[in-house]
Amino acid sequence: MTIPADVAVEGAPRRRPPEPKKLTRAERWKLRGPLLPALIFAIILTQVPFVFTLFYSFQSWNLLRPGNREFVGLGNYGKVFTDDLFRNAVVNTVVLTVSTVLLSLVIGLAFALLLDQKFLGRSVARTLLITPFLVMPTAAALLWKTSMYNPVFGLVNWFLSPFGVGNVDWVSQFPMLSIIIVLTWQWTPFMMLIILAGLQSQSPEILEAARVDGANGWAIFRRITLPHLRQFLELALTLGSIYLVGTFDAIFMITQGGPGQATTNLPYFIYLEAFRAFSVGEAAAAGVIVVAATIIIATFALRVVSNLFAEEAG
Amino acid sequence: MATVATTAPDVAVRRRPPKRRGRRRPWMFLLGWAAAVVWFFPVLWMFLTGFKTEAQASTDPPTFFFVPTLDQYQAVLGRNFVPFLINSFTASIVSTLLAIVLALPAAYALSLARVPKWRDSLFFFLSTRMMPAVASILPLYILVRNIGMLDDIRMLSIIYTAMNLPIAVWMIRSFLLELPREVLEAARVDGATLSVEMRRVILPMIAPGLAATALICFIFAWNEFFFAVTLTTTQAATVPVFLVGFITSEGLFWARLSAACTMAALPVIIAGWVAQKWLVRGLSLGAVK
Repeated sequence: MTIPADVAVEGAPRRRPPEPKKLTRAERWKLRGPLLPALIFAIILTQVPFVFTLFYSFQSWNLLRPGNREFVGLGNYGKVFTDDLFRNAVVNTVVLTVSTVLLSLVIGLAFALLLDQKFLGRSVARTLLITPFLVMPTAAALLWKTSMYNPVFGLVNWFLSPFGVGNVDWVSQFPMLSIIIVLTWQWTPFMMLIILAGLQSQSPEILEAARVDGANGWAIFRRITLPHLRQFLELALTLGSIYLVGTFDAIFMITQGGPGQATTNLPYFIYLEAFRAFSVGEAAAAGVIVVAATIIIATFALRVVSNLFAEEAG
Repeated sequence: MATVATTAPDVAVRRRPPKRRGRRRPWMFLLGWAAAVVWFFPVLWMFLTGFKTEAQASTDPPTFFFVPTLDQYQAVLGRNFVPFLINSFTASIVSTLLAIVLALPAAYALSLARVPKWRDSLFFFLSTRMMPAVASILPLYILVRNIGMLDDIRMLSIIYTAMNLPIAVWMIRSFLLELPREVLEAARVDGATLSVEMRRVILPMIAPGLAATALICFIFAWNEFFFAVTLTTTQAATVPVFLVGFITSEGLFWARLSAACTMAALPVIIAGWVAQKWLVRGLSLGAVK
C-alpha cells in the first residue's frame, strides 16, 4: 500500500511531480530566476502606470496650465460622476458592450454549430469566417464607413433595397447601431472559435451513446452539449466583454464619438479628456472607474479560466 | 435493464463515426457556405475595390466586373506609405521577439520548474492583459514625454512587448506542458544542465509552438491602434495611424482607401491563416486548446 492518497482518489497516476516542498532561500531564488525578468517588466509597464493613474486622479492638473497642480482628494471623482458627458459615456459603453457581446455570442454559437458538422470545404469556410477578426480594426472601420454604409453607393443599402430600404444614412441616422454591426461582424469569429473548441472537446462516445438511446438532436444539444459548453460560453462572454469595453478604434474611425455624443464610450471619453482637453486629473479618475468596472468582469473571467485550468491540470 | 443489453453491441459497431451522415445533409453545406460567404464578403469587397478606378469604386448598383488596375496601389505607395509599413514591421517584430525572449524562461519557471506560488504569478500575467489601455495611457504618455521618447518606435515596441507578454507566457507554458515528460527526465538523468536541456531538448521540441506564439503576438501588435495614435505623431507612426488620414480628406477616394486597407490588413490575414490552428489558444490566452 504505497499508493499516495491523491493518486488513489484520482484513479490515475499524476504526470507531474508534486510541488517542491522545503527549499532553502537560495534554491527558491534560483528557481525564480527565469521568471523575474518577465515579472519585473510586466510590473513596471502595467502596474506602476496604474498606480500613477490613481495618484493623478486625486490631483487637479491640466497639462495646458503647467504649475497649476494641486491635491484635490476625491474632487475629480465628484466632477466626473456629475458630468453628464461621463454618464452618457457610461450608458453608451454598456449598450455597446452588452449588445455586441450578445449578438456575436449568438451568431458565433450558430456558426460554431455549423462548423462542427461535416460538409464539403468546411476548413475553407472556417478560414473565411475567421478573417473579419484578423482584418486590422481601423481598416475594417474605414471600409464599413465608406463602401458599406454610404447612403447612395453603400453595399448595405444596395443589399437591403429589395426589402424597400431607401437611401438610409446609417452612420448619421443610426450611429450606435452602425458601430454595433461592425463590432459584431468582427467579434463573431472570436466567439465562434472559442465555442467551436468547446464543441470539439466533447466526447464522441457520450454523444453516440445518447443517440443510440434514442435522444433527438435538440435533446442532445440541451442536455449534453449546452452544459458542456457552459464554461466555454462563459469564457467567450467574459473575455469578449473585457475587450469590447475598451473599444476605441471603430469609434475613432467611424463616428469620432458623434454625432454629438451619441457614440462616445468611456475609452473615447477618456481619450478626449486626456488628449484634447489635457485635463489629467479628470481623465485619470475616469480611467480608474473603468478599471474598477473591468476588474468586476475580469474577476469572473479569471474564475472561468481558473476552472478550465483546474480541469486540465486534473 | 434490457436496453443496455441491446445497445451495447450497437455502440461498439458505431464507435467509428458513420460516413454517410455528412453526405445526407446537403443543407449543412449550403448553410455553412452561406455564412462564410456573407461574413467574408466585406473583406472580399475591400480587396476588389482596391483594384478599381475611383469611378468604378462608387457606383449604384455596385460594380462587380471590371478590368483590374494597380493605379491605387501606386498612389498609396506614392503617398509615403512605406515608412509607416517599416514602423509597423519594426514595432511588431521587435516586440514579438522581446516578448518571447522574456516569456520563454518565465513559462519554463511556471510549468516545468514550478517555482513557489507559480499559480499566482501565472494569473498575475493574465490579469495584466485584462487591464484596459486607458488605465495606463496617461502616466505612460507623461513619462514618455518627459524622457523625450514620444514618437519613438523603440518606445512603442516596448509597450507592445508588455501587451503581448501575458499571451506569450500562457501560450508557451501550454506548449511546454505538452512535452513528453519521459524525454525531459531522460535528459536530466543523462546529466544535462538546464541550459543544455533548454537548447538541445526543449527548444527543438517546442519550436512550432514558439512560431505559433510569435504569429499571435505579431497579429496583436500589428493591429494595435490606441497606443500608436496617442504616443506617435510622424516619425514612429504605424500603419493604422496612416489610415487615420482617410477619415476626412481622402475618405472620398474609396478605391485608394481600399488599396491602403488591403495592404494594411494583409500581413495579419496571412499570419492568422497560417496560425489558424493555434489562434483560439492565443485569443483565449491559453485557456482553450
